[in-house]
Amino acid sequence: QKVSVEVLEHLEHLALVDFRDSEGVERLQKAIQFADQLHQVNTDGVEPMDSVLEDRWCLYLREDDVTEGNCTKELLENAREKVEEYFVAPPGNIPLPKLEERKTFLQGS
Amino acid sequence: AALKDGLRSQVSAALKEGRVTPTELCQRCLALIKSTKFLNAYITVAEETALKQAEESEERYKRGMLVYGIPIAVKDKKNAAGIETTCASNMLKGYISPYNATVVQKLLDHGAVLLGKTNLDEFAMGSGSTDGVFGPVRNPWSYSKQYKEKSVPKCHSEDEESNWVITGGSSGGSAAAVSSFTCFAALGSDTGGSTRNPAAHCGVVGLKPTYGLISRHGLIPLVNSMDVPGILTRCVDDAAVLLGSLKKHDPKDSTTIQDDFKKKKLPNLTDVSKLSIGIPKEYHAPGLSSEILALWSKAADLFRNAGAKVVEVSLPHTPYSIVCYHVLCTAEVASNMARFDGLEYGHRSDTKDSTESMYAATRREGFNDVVRGRILSGNYFLLKQNYEKYFVKAQKVRRLIANDFVKVFRSGVDILLTPTTLSDAAPYTEFIQEDNRTRSAQDDILTQAANMAGLPAINVPTALSERGLPVGLQFIGRSFQEKQLLTVAKWFEKQVQFPVIQLEEVKRHDNAVFQHQKSASFS
Repeated sequence: QKVSVEVLEHLEHLALVDFRDSEGVERLQKAIQFADQLHQVNTDGVEPMDSVLEDRWCLYLREDDVTEGNCTKELLENAREKVEEYFVAPPGNIPLPKLEERKTFLQGS
Repeated sequence: AALKDGLRSQVSAALKEGRVTPTELCQRCLALIKSTKFLNAYITVAEETALKQAEESEERYKRGMLVYGIPIAVKDKKNAAGIETTCASNMLKGYISPYNATVVQKLLDHGAVLLGKTNLDEFAMGSGSTDGVFGPVRNPWSYSKQYKEKSVPKCHSEDEESNWVITGGSSGGSAAAVSSFTCFAALGSDTGGSTRNPAAHCGVVGLKPTYGLISRHGLIPLVNSMDVPGILTRCVDDAAVLLGSLKKHDPKDSTTIQDDFKKKKLPNLTDVSKLSIGIPKEYHAPGLSSEILALWSKAADLFRNAGAKVVEVSLPHTPYSIVCYHVLCTAEVASNMARFDGLEYGHRSDTKDSTESMYAATRREGFNDVVRGRILSGNYFLLKQNYEKYFVKAQKVRRLIANDFVKVFRSGVDILLTPTTLSDAAPYTEFIQEDNRTRSAQDDILTQAANMAGLPAINVPTALSERGLPVGLQFIGRSFQEKQLLTVAKWFEKQVQFPVIQLEEVKRHDNAVFQHQKSASFS
């Protein structure tokens, strides 16, 4: 059961990462095949496990007090494009071109 | 000679008594790093800061510190302020950490000297330390007398270049660094076996602590629900000391537990008759070499003959831990890797059309095939139509795996004894014949379940294989019972007397200043 081109394209949009070539798609196919083995296990009545520490209730809320900060300079140092204290991004709200409009390996499949 | 025996405890004693200064020790390690450069174990060597830390260590009052003057290396997946942290990826090339990971800070506070950052598989995804952008790490044992004596060179001029074996992974750089004496301890990470696997292949102790014991703050995450910082050392006592300096609740990591643990020295176990050792039959996995099977059996006999109760036990869901891991890991990876978009740090593409196209191009350029593959798989399993079928299903299987261990420990078993790897280290040329995912699935099979259940586990170097390469065995303990785990591991280590690696490079650096001390004790 192969993954449809629509789903592949959807994944590329969600992940903002490309399959790049047939090997990439093959990789996903194999990953799904591998994961399908999970269905051999009977999990009736079993609750999903989020954390191995579930019995310890260690996820707690602390007081809403400011304990650290004032590190604007350090945080900006690693950004390539910035203006004063702002990170600079290209214009937003522009969706990625649709499959038909862009050059991608997926068109061929 | 002390570099050869290289135990932190002996060196600590030497440092305390002033027979060697932290600066001298640091310089020696730095020199050794330079002469073993061909191992490719280090990505960044922080020469200046290390020497500075060593000099500062020389102040009298610091001599009482736990790891005073001890040179350590850190896997390049942990932030160390002022030093580049790359995760062996183009995505983070040039990223200078603005802060120290909690574990790094703690070691520095306890007087350690940070020599540099070690090599790994890109973003710790892999089991060979072969898939990072800085190239593969070479196992120091490839150049040992023990391996050379056993290997049949195909052609004189070629033998060293084509015969070298991998370190295992993903913390291969850390394992190689400790194994080749360039540092006395190293930090790695362990999500599926990434500390224990290279420890086994490089003949060093590799400890995976209980999930929640040591802070993950500053450890660039792979799988938040399974990652732990790993400890690599040349002996169990050293691992215990390092663990002691690191285990503590950290308000910056809400998954660290709040209990307090006393730092005590490991007892010397002499009587194992009260111990119950479990041998899980499912760990006799397909592909396990007959050599390792024999060694495992011998180890069980060792305990039995010493009076311990040795029983066969069953962890029936073991064969599913790799599949379960595959789904949970890729799902968490898909989420964790979303932060790399080029905007605030790391690589940034030149594309300016739109935010989304800049993100897409940055991630296209920054991640290798393995990373992109896992992100895409993870996103697939998290799609609405697949969520229940794969992600939630895997979480249920995870509970079954964890419960298997609970049942066995409840039945009276104290510690589990298993192999760590299926065989000794493979030659690089052979290893790369299969792709990363296949290899990881094969190699993680014996180590992954402990991460799934959050349990502590340790690799103890046991013997040399027929090819002259290290083979280790694994002990898995109960949650937060590191003291018992390490005590048993220490007893075992003493029984097996694993040989010291004989490296030409290290011989050249031996110095009469370090004399082998038979009775060295720390503190």
